[in-house]
Amino acid sequence: MLIDWSSFTPWSSLAGGLLIGIAAAILALFNGRIAGISGIIGGLLHLPKSDSGWRALFVVGLVGAPLLYALPFSLPRIKIDADYTSLILAGLMVGLGTRYGSGCTSGHGVCGLSRLSPRSAVATAAFMGAGFVTVYVLRHLIAN
Amino acid sequence: MTLLTALLSGLLFGFGLILSGMANPAKVLGFLDLAGPWDPSLVFVMGGAIVVGLFAFFFAYRRTLSLLGGNMQLPKAGKVDRRLVAGSLIFGAGWGIAGICPGPALVAIGMGETKALVFGAAMLAGMLIFELLENGKSVGKWSGTHRR
Repeated sequence: MLIDWSSFTPWSSLAGGLLIGIAAAILALFNGRIAGISGIIGGLLHLPKSDSGWRALFVVGLVGAPLLYALPFSLPRIKIDADYTSLILAGLMVGLGTRYGSGCTSGHGVCGLSRLSPRSAVATAAFMGAGFVTVYVLRHLIAN
Repeated sequence: MTLLTALLSGLLFGFGLILSGMANPAKVLGFLDLAGPWDPSLVFVMGGAIVVGLFAFFFAYRRTLSLLGGNMQLPKAGKVDRRLVAGSLIFGAGWGIAGICPGPALVAIGMGETKALVFGAAMLAGMLIFELLENGKSVGKWSGTHRR
């Protein structure tokens, strides 16, 4: 295995991870809720409506984060290589899959593993495994 | 007050995604590409988040009420079923196509990325399809008698 040392950012990634952990801690301890983003969005689409307020504000925080971040710091450049057809397919799969699987990288990967949940461990292994295989197929089998 | 803490949590979560580099789909794909030059940064993001999370949930599960006095609505232990595995596999494959999962999608929308907006719209459509399929299983769910 070849490490991409020029892209590897252990310290800022660790620091960002700690922030994500603090965010999850706040929602768990103050709101009694899991910071699972697919579940929080999914709950907004679920009828009958009940607890939309906190969900909407959590989403506002996420979408608004880069705007606030850009005040003192410069925003890092991001890159989305996928074309529009791939983005639509990927979006549909992520939306459908996270709802059937009851969670995504945040709900299962961060919160679930922190709760030592066997269900989340299985889910995380499944989506990471599927991600590894998909990238391998797309980049190394089809692209060549 | 729970609205304010939810907003704060969302903001900090977003800052964390930006600072960690995970708001950048190209970087996430660099982690998922084990056969290419591999970027292990995502392991550090999850490690950092889980170290804090372990403490937070240890205490959260020992409480009957939240710090703001509301009910704790944390998941109880459940069974691993086909639905969980199949859903997660579909999610992972979609994640591998574009390098985007729900959190970074929202942050990238906030950065004004058109492509993130397209992904986000498709993701919402996928979630709506789930609601329609699930609610379609028993007539009347839309009119208020729903089960979870």
